[in-house]
Order: sequence, then structure tokens, then C-alpha cells
Amino acid sequence: MMRGTILAATLLAATTLATAARADSDNFTELQRGRYLTTAGDCMGCHIGPDGQSMAGGNLLETPFGNIAVPNITPDNKTGIGTWSAQDFYEAMHVGKRPDGTHLYPAFPYTSFTKMSRADTDAVYAYLRAQEPVANEVDRNTLPFPFNIRLAMWAWNRLNFTPGEFKPDPQRSEAYNRGAYLVEGPGHCGLCHTPRNFMGGDAASDELKGGALQGWFAPNITADKHLGIGAWSEAEIVDYLRTGHTARTAASGPMSEVVAYSTSQMTDADLKAIATYLRERSAVGAPAPQPVASTDPHMQAGAAIYEDSCAACHARDGQGVAGMFPRLADNQLVQQTDPSGILHVVLQGSRSVAAPQAVTAPAMPSLRWRLSDQQVADVATFIRNSWGNAAAAVTTDQVKTMRDATAGIAMSQGN
Amino acid sequence: MSRLPKKDVVIVGLGWTGSIMAHELAMAGLDVVAIERGPWRDTASDYNIGTAPDELRYAVRQDIFLRPAQDTQTARNSMDQAALPIRKYGSYLPGNGVGGAGVHWNGHTWRFFPSDFNLRSHYTERYGAGIFPENCTAQDWPVTYDELEPHYDFFEKVNGTSGRAGNLKGAIQPGGNPFEGWRSDEYPTKPLSPNLAQIMFQKAATELGMHPFPLPSGNISEAYTNPYGVRMAPCTYCGFCEWFGCANYSKASPLACVMPALVRQPNFEARTLCEVTKVNTTPDGKMATGVTYVDAAGREWEQPADLVLLCAYALFNVRLLMISKIGAQYDPVSNTGTLGRNYAYQTNAGSVGYFSKDVNFNSFAGAGSLGMMADDYNGDNFDHTGLGFVGGANINCTTTNARPIRTHPTQPGAPKWGSAWKRSMVETVNHYQSVGTQGSSMPYRDVYLDLDPTYTDRLGRPLMRMTFDFKENDLKMSRFVVDKTAEIARAMGASKVTTSYKKGPWNVVPYQTTHNTGGTVMSSTPQDGVVNRYTQHWDVPNLFVSGASLFPQNAGYNPTGTVGALTYWALDAIKNKYLKNPGQALVQA
Repeated sequence: MMRGTILAATLLAATTLATAARADSDNFTELQRGRYLTTAGDCMGCHIGPDGQSMAGGNLLETPFGNIAVPNITPDNKTGIGTWSAQDFYEAMHVGKRPDGTHLYPAFPYTSFTKMSRADTDAVYAYLRAQEPVANEVDRNTLPFPFNIRLAMWAWNRLNFTPGEFKPDPQRSEAYNRGAYLVEGPGHCGLCHTPRNFMGGDAASDELKGGALQGWFAPNITADKHLGIGAWSEAEIVDYLRTGHTARTAASGPMSEVVAYSTSQMTDADLKAIATYLRERSAVGAPAPQPVASTDPHMQAGAAIYEDSCAACHARDGQGVAGMFPRLADNQLVQQTDPSGILHVVLQGSRSVAAPQAVTAPAMPSLRWRLSDQQVADVATFIRNSWGNAAAAVTTDQVKTMRDATAGIAMSQGN
Repeated sequence: MSRLPKKDVVIVGLGWTGSIMAHELAMAGLDVVAIERGPWRDTASDYNIGTAPDELRYAVRQDIFLRPAQDTQTARNSMDQAALPIRKYGSYLPGNGVGGAGVHWNGHTWRFFPSDFNLRSHYTERYGAGIFPENCTAQDWPVTYDELEPHYDFFEKVNGTSGRAGNLKGAIQPGGNPFEGWRSDEYPTKPLSPNLAQIMFQKAATELGMHPFPLPSGNISEAYTNPYGVRMAPCTYCGFCEWFGCANYSKASPLACVMPALVRQPNFEARTLCEVTKVNTTPDGKMATGVTYVDAAGREWEQPADLVLLCAYALFNVRLLMISKIGAQYDPVSNTGTLGRNYAYQTNAGSVGYFSKDVNFNSFAGAGSLGMMADDYNGDNFDHTGLGFVGGANINCTTTNARPIRTHPTQPGAPKWGSAWKRSMVETVNHYQSVGTQGSSMPYRDVYLDLDPTYTDRLGRPLMRMTFDFKENDLKMSRFVVDKTAEIARAMGASKVTTSYKKGPWNVVPYQTTHNTGGTVMSSTPQDGVVNRYTQHWDVPNLFVSGASLFPQNAGYNPTGTVGALTYWALDAIKNKYLKNPGQALVQA
């Protein structure tokens, strides 16, 4: 009898140990990997709490269907994910469902996170569980009818979403596959950089071709030389992700959050892997049009405005000042098919990101108050078609739309 | 009054010296709080290029300066007068807010001459003690040029200063200032591009046997990244420097050069719109315990700290010590006490040349420190035998601006109004150039600072009283150098030259310069000053003072370069000596 008890006790202990081995509360390695993946996934970018430090959520995420309040993902039992199991977390990341079975909206990029391995979502889960719980009740039903019906996501998912972990391509290098995993999985770059179809789903053939969001245009980051990053060197891409600044451009708008919270803190090897993947994958982009002739009256008016309002910083030859004021010549952002990026910056101004290795965060002022729609259109047309640049002329209607969309919004402040 | 948790360091004022102290000590791991009387300021938000070049707002209405309603001084020319409050700042304009006066300066970034630091013994040795006027209290600094050289060098690297070395490790360099002290390194960035006036000055001064060189400039000439990782862009010669914040990230300032790195430090905190009212001490007065301040809502707070750093503008450092009753007030009658002693200013004057209509200076394209200089009559670079004065002045040909509201030059003798005035202005506006001097200012027994017996500020504290006038030694020096400026203007080809000599009595109304120095002088013995050679208070070892209030007298240069060098010199002592043995005097009295 005694012997049986001991045996049972031993068995029980063995079971406990086995469980502990799977979820080791002191698993330094897993926690650190989770922390890194949380950074690579820029969870903080959306989930930052009202305290500016935790991931207690509450921000309103703008979508074409209405604003979505971002949930609390601290381990608070009542208002956060304190009661979630690792399996619950994996389900949310992998198929976009909450523990109660209801659907998440794809503003939460489970369409990308589905590519993450179970080991990686477990690591993120372990890291999130190790944070301080913060009580912050977030209203999870902010979308208007009919988008407030979460069941509708069942149909959306059938049309727009294929769950499945990332499969490396054995024909490609290790760096390429690592880059592909980061870009398509935790990095969820496509959430902004891939255009949406009318349902807000990814347009698969146009992957990373650039997309509109929040009054900005997330530019083409395919290997296209004219519109994408095809002409960027590996070092340029790494510098951009590390510091937010290169001679060519400066991260601002939503990308400044990505650099501040995420890419500036990633390893060199991973940034190089991302560069490898982006440079080696396919190029997608409309062929460069004929530039608008410099004799065009709008180009001539634009040239005069440029000289007066832009040239002091960006230089007469469009070369800018490396690391401070973006070069406009051979700058992809200003030549995107959709001119929202350049119009946003001219009308609204923008502060570039401050990263640990580039702390200055210089800003471009708003010129809204002193340039008419016609003047903004002319100077944007001039910049898009000078020094070797080529892009469609900007219309006053496009300027007016951006002026209305950005009215009353404070200048983007970077981070 | 509420008592706050103790900090390692409390800093009074967040300008040049406060931001540098805060950044370096936070990097050293200390928990630092800076308390700033004025508002938070930031280049991107407050000085963006769309709105920064606003002459009416900034130059005429003096937007970024201290309001006299918050604090002012009373002034008089001599001890037998009753001082009255300055109700509109004029002769000098104290800065306010984060960045302090470092936001609105012109960017002249000088090193004093080696002989400026042992001024009294140098002149005495060369000319005999009799060269000093009887009441002149000029004295040697307790620190040498050689000791400050590495700190001058680092401050210039933080600023990105543009210039050309004249003396590299003792070897005289062509095109630089042959009179300057030795430099361990070239300037971080090349000189600004001279304009027509500077090229003409260079030629004329050379022909007259002088040694012209480009003004060391805080408006920098090329893109630059400083040792704190902060980036700057080249100056665009927009001409909105003095009295303005720079929108181009081109003018060295705390905002452009230090704050972007400082604000990232988690162990640094700034409290703005909070005015420090008192430095607190232990009952025996031997140690500082922190400061008391009043916030914008009028609430009073006590901020305890182990180390107290006074980094406000010169005049306000002096007054804060007076109000806190730390140290002995200087009394000119009994010649006792040190606090408020050796106040000095600057002696500026010059000539204007009027040129023919085919000489177009285009001075609208300018920069605060775009200039060509000659130091042949500065410091003791010339023989003072028989001249009857000590000191000297730099000679400058600068193009700071031709901003539209205030630039209305006319020919000498033209009417002051009406169509003839307008005609004369049109004839003159692009065809005149000044050649100026910036002269030394010696201290005197009856020139000093103390608390006013009558007037108080909004909090009921006495205003500080200034007793100052230009003395004959300095006026004679100035006349001597101003005559040289007229010679240069004529040699540049001016058809007419007008010369204005400096005259007393000192008047608080017209702007002259914001180079007020002295009052908390650094000295070799406690009898001669308020702080020791490491800027540590002689009586209170955990209290350090920064800025131009440390100067025993003022040289023929703008003070900022020396203020910066002294800050890094003091930091070196705090980090490497004081903190190893805190609470102890670094120099035995």
C-alpha cells in the first residue's frame, strides 16, 4: 500500500516536471525570444496603453470601415489576456479567433501572424505573460453596423484568408527565407504596404506594391527600380530600418512608429535578411511614365514655388541634406502612383522619427496655410517630374481631398 | 509646501550649461532633474521654417525673451543714484525657456586668449602694475588656457563650429587667426562662405598690415553629426539668427545640439514653467539640501538633491545666491564680501562705410556669425605702452541680416522722415557696411550687483540692483580700436565713413549686448571670489555655479565659447574628482 502511494506520488511529480518543462517559468531563452519577436512584430505600435509604456491598448485604429479600439494584451485577468492559455493565443494569432470563438477583425494582422510557428507564438505568449498586468477596459465594439457583426468575418476569412505556417523555399538562401518569414509573418509589412481590395483584403498579386492608409500612402517596397526599393542598396535598407534616415528619405507618418518601436531594435542579421528578401523577390510596379515636360506651365509655376519654399532645405538640385532633409531626386515616395505621401507632407508637415542612432528627428513644416490647392499641385508635379523623377501630374482635386482629409489633424510628431 | 523625493542632481535653468550638465551627468548614471523658469521649446514645434523667420514677432516684440513682469533688475550708473527697475528689457535681453539665451544668440564661438586668463599678472609683468587704473579690480583667473583647451575643443565639436584654425599645436596656419591660443584640432566644419563685404575687408585689413580671418561660427557651413549623435544641416544664410530660434538645424544651440540626445535619457526629467526661488541649505549653511520652486499654478515645492547646479543666466545665478543668503554680499565701501563683485559688460562701437551704387553687398543673405575679423588690437596683441588703458577689442566685418522692418539705413545727415528720408534709404540700403568692435570690459570697485532696497518681484523677493557705467579705461580702449575700423572702412573704398565712439553714461534702453558677466567670480582664494577653480562654491561644496557669472572680467570676445569650455572643465572635476568623494571641497581654502 505504502509502496503504491509512493509510486503514485512519483508519477505525479514526473507529470508536474513534464508540464514545467513545456512552460518553464524561468525560461530566459524563450522570454528573450518572445521579447524580440514582440519587437519585430511592433505589437507596441498598436497596443500601447494610455500610460505610454504598457500594451494596455485603447488606441483607436482607423480603418475604412470605422475605428477599431485596440485591445489590452497585458496579462490582466479582467481587461487583458490574463485568462488566455498558450493555445488560446495561438488560435488568435493563427486563425483570428478569440477564446470564446468570436472572430477578430483583420486590422489585427492574423493574416500575417498565421505564418508564425507555434514555437514563436508560444514565445510571444510567454513574454506577454511575464509583463505587469495593467487594468484598462477597452470598448471592443466600436465599429458601426454592419461591420460590428463579427460573424461576418467568417465569410471574409473564407474569401480573403488562408491559414498556414510559413514554408521556407529550399531553392533560396537562408537569409532570404529568414527575411521572408519576418516580412510576411511577425513583421506584417503587407498590412500597410499591400493594397486592399474592396473588402479590405490583401490583393495577393499586388503584394507589397504600396497601399493607402490614414491619409498616407505606404510606398511600394517590391524590387521595382522606379517605385520600389529595387535601386536601394542593402546598406541603405538596413540604415533606413535601423535609423529611419538615409540620404534618400526619412521615415515619418505611421512608419516612424515602426522604426521607433520595432526595426531600430532588430539585429543587423535580421535587417540584412529583410533587405535580401525585399531586393530578391519580384518587382511589381507600373512602368515609369514620360515625365511632364519642363515647359509645361504647371511645371514652371512649380519650379518657382520650389525655389521659394523648398530649395533652402531640399536644395535646388533636389539633393537634400543626407540624414536630415530627404533627397527628392530619385526618391520613390514622391513618385508613387498615388501622391498621398508627398501631399500629406506638404500640406500637413511631418516630423521624422527619432531612433537611438539618429536622435535629431528633423521636421518639415506644414505649408497648408500659405499654398493654394493649385500651388500645392504645381509644386508636387514639379518635384515628381524633375531631376530624373517621373510621375503623373497632381490635380487640384487630389490636393483638395488631402487638404480635407488632414484638416484639423495635428502634425505627425514622430516618436 | 510639498517635499518631493530626493534626486542625485537638481539643475537650475535648462540652457547651454544646464543641458550639457544634465546630459553628461545623466550619461554618468545620475538621476537628474532640471527646473526651468520658461516654457518647453523644441526646434520642430516652435521654430519650424514656415513661421520662424517672423521679424515682428521675434525681433520687434521679443517673443522668446524673459518678460520683465516675471523678473527684472533695477539699474543705476553710480552709487549716489537711486536705482529704478528696467520695465522693458533693452540694453540686454535675457533668454527664457528651454535652450535659454543659447536659442537666440548669433553663434560667435570664441576662445579667450591665454593672456586673458592671467590678465593682471601678464599686464603687470609686461608694463608694470601702474597700467591698471586705481579702482580696477581685474584679477587672474584660477584656471589656465592650457587647462581649458580640451574643453574648448569638445564644446566646439558639440557645436560643429565653422572656422579656420590659426594656431594648430603652436604652428601658425595661413588664413586663420595668428593670435589665437594653440588648438589641439582644426574646427569641426570649414568656414562659412565670405560675401563681398568680407572679401573687401580681408583685402583692406591685409593691406593695412592686419591679419584677417573668418569668424568662428555657430551657424555651421556643412552637414555635421556631433559627438552626441545629433545632426545639423548647413546654414542657408537666411539672416534670422539673433533673437530667433534657428529652423534649419544650422545654428548651434542647446535645442539643436544637446536636447535631442538628452530627452532620450530615462534618468533625466525637466520641469518647465517652474521658477526656483531659493537654494536650501543645512542649518549650519555648510551643505545645500536642494531647491524650492514655484510651479505655474503657484504651488510651492521642495526638491531635495545631493548636488545643486546653478545653470541660470549670469545675473540670475548671482541673485539666487543673494536671496538664498549663501556667501557674503560684496560691499564696495568696506571692500568686503565677494558675491556681486566684479560685474562687467562689453564695450562695443564702430564705423559705417557708405559705398558707391555699383557696390552691392546683398546683406539680406547673412548669418549671425558670417564675418571676417581682425584681432590685431584685441587682448594684448599690440603694445599698450603709453596708450593709457588695458584691454582691447576684436574688429569685425559681419553680415548678420537685412531684415525688412528694421533695416532702414540712410546717408549721414539725411532727414529722419519724409520723402527725402525714403530717397536716402533707397540710395543706401544695399551699399553700406559696418566695421565694428567688440571690446573688453574691466571690473571696478564701484561697479557691482546687490539686492535692491526698494523693489521686489511678483513673489515679494527683492530685485537685483546693477550699479554700472562705462569707465575711462574701457572708453579709451574703445576709441583707440574704433579709429582702426574707420581706417579699414576707408581702405575698403567707402566714399563716406561715420564713426561712433562708445560714450557713457550706460543707458538701459538701446540694445547693446547680452554679455553680462561676473558676480560669482571663480578665484584662487575665497577672499577673491565666490567659487573655486572647479566652479565649486567656496562655502558649500555640493553647490556648483556655471556660466559667465564666473568671469573675473570680460574679454574682447563673446562669452559663449568660454562658458561652454568652463562647463566641460567643471564636469570633468565633478565626474572624476567630486563624485569619488562627494561633499568635500576640491580646493582647500
